[in-house]
Amino acid sequence: MADVAFQQNRAASAGNVRKRSSLRSALKRKSTAAFLMTLPLILLISLLVIYPAFYSLHLATLNKSMQRFVGLANFQFLFKRETFWLVVEQSCIFAITAVIFKALIGFIVAHFVHNIPAKGQRKWRGMLLVPWVIPPAMSTLAWLWLFDPSYSAFNYTLSFFGIGPIPWTGDAGWARFSVILVNIWYGAPFFMIMYLASLKSVPEQLYEAAAIDGANWWQRIWYVTLPMMRNIIAITTLFSLIVTFANFDIVRVLTSGGPLDRTHIFATWAFRVGIEGGDIPLGASVSLFMFPILAIAAIFILRDINKRGNES
Amino acid sequence: MASTAVIDKAAPTRPVKYGSMSRDRAWALRWSYFFLMLFAIFSLLPPIYMLITSLKSSAEISAATNPWWVLHPTLENYIGLLTSNQFLTFFRNSALVSIFVVTITMLISVPAAFALARMRFWGSATLATGVFLTYLIPDTLLFLPLFKMFAAVGDLTGIQLINRWYVLLIVYPTLTVPFCTWIMIGYFASIPKELDEAAIIDGASWFQTLTRIFIPVALPGLIAATIFAFTVSWAQFLYPMVFTTSTDQLVLPVGIITTLIKGDVFNWGQIMTGALLGAAPPLIIYAFLMDYYIAGLTAGATKG
Repeated sequence: MADVAFQQNRAASAGNVRKRSSLRSALKRKSTAAFLMTLPLILLISLLVIYPAFYSLHLATLNKSMQRFVGLANFQFLFKRETFWLVVEQSCIFAITAVIFKALIGFIVAHFVHNIPAKGQRKWRGMLLVPWVIPPAMSTLAWLWLFDPSYSAFNYTLSFFGIGPIPWTGDAGWARFSVILVNIWYGAPFFMIMYLASLKSVPEQLYEAAAIDGANWWQRIWYVTLPMMRNIIAITTLFSLIVTFANFDIVRVLTSGGPLDRTHIFATWAFRVGIEGGDIPLGASVSLFMFPILAIAAIFILRDINKRGNES
Repeated sequence: MASTAVIDKAAPTRPVKYGSMSRDRAWALRWSYFFLMLFAIFSLLPPIYMLITSLKSSAEISAATNPWWVLHPTLENYIGLLTSNQFLTFFRNSALVSIFVVTITMLISVPAAFALARMRFWGSATLATGVFLTYLIPDTLLFLPLFKMFAAVGDLTGIQLINRWYVLLIVYPTLTVPFCTWIMIGYFASIPKELDEAAIIDGASWFQTLTRIFIPVALPGLIAATIFAFTVSWAQFLYPMVFTTSTDQLVLPVGIITTLIKGDVFNWGQIMTGALLGAAPPLIIYAFLMDYYIAGLTAGATKG
């Protein structure tokens, strides 16, 4: 600890009053300096994150011109609209399906990368992480072009197998499939990297012990790998659930919520209603529905941090 | 490898087992490569298709020849975009915003992380947790209240914020600072305490300890945080979409999507070229600094 250093220093110069007083003021200044160093961070977070978060609660209770307090009327209005329930349904389908597949694919691919000789791993990892590096708005444009109704490269390829033409973004069911597919493509590499890092940290002795006990590959995964990776699986899934729930770029670029609002999720619909429709309070009420999932995540993370605090 | 180590020990007594297991391993390896190949194709398909389309002329695209092959490669899309003032404005705006945001982020998060990691003070533990939690609040929850706030600031003080590219310098740090502070706390906390004790005994001030000891020692973390801040500000799509509308204020992702897609006429050659050029800076950084990139990515979660 730095404080220890201070005390040693003080003991060494015990007789020197002038020096001691300067040390005292240094100690006094330590908390001031620390406060000054964190002040920009505190200001930024409180003014541009905490305040707007509460301000959106207030906004949600105003009428369209934001002059009159209407209480929960915005929510009542939302609950009566069919589109809102479509958005709720689609948000849940979108987030849950995408996260499950991202986690599964990430887990499988991480194992394959971990399996091959160490010197080739870097190259494969480098290639497989590319989807995560490209700005999602840009890569979704490429997907939009791959899905194009008349020039789709996928349909061109599939036509050789007699499958044919699939309305990737034109039909409600296929459009839902497409946005989920693009989201999986974008997010699976993140899981892969996380799982790979965590696979590398599982001690080899555990696998050796399991092999001596005659465990097959499935038992090795179930009894050694999964328990060792439990924490990282939980935290990446939680992260990804939040990010996927709050997704905007992919749905906006690929379908803009269409056809017939079937692929709208909370964020894109809040944008449509709030910015394009000019009804900021209603948009704020829509985006507030992302809050429960955040609260659940926050509870889990806080519990995890407290648990770790008690252990150490 | 775990299994090979075991096999080596068992080899003298059970030669039959040895052979079958190594054959199993060889097959497992072959399957691994096969599936990795499939996943790599899936991963690289969109960027490769961007490249293929960007080399085609619009006549070739509308002729609907084999989409996976370029018959007459041409650079006309690249020349067209790189000589258009509009596109260069988008590029300049994006570059300016990203560079300023990275600087602001580092100036805020490095001292804060130092104070939170080393100078224990009242509420510092709570603040560190709070920083992490704010990282979880998504931009899609905040864009409407922020829009209203900036409009109100414009009304009250006359400072026009909406539809100016520099409004992004105010909002982007909310996305970058919490995560960067969080990874820097992790890196600073891993520096041995003896190092800064020695510096303080030698009479270094807190500021000198930070600039002479912590920043040089935690340089890999600093690079990882810088890369993260740059990628986030380069790729951000929602905030510029909400806060900027006139074409001279747009950044690259929004600019490409709003100006190159005109009604029903999609000039796909140019769109793909723009998308590829927009993806290029993060990809180039990634190609050269992959290890820092991955370190930043994994540090956030393993320390969370």
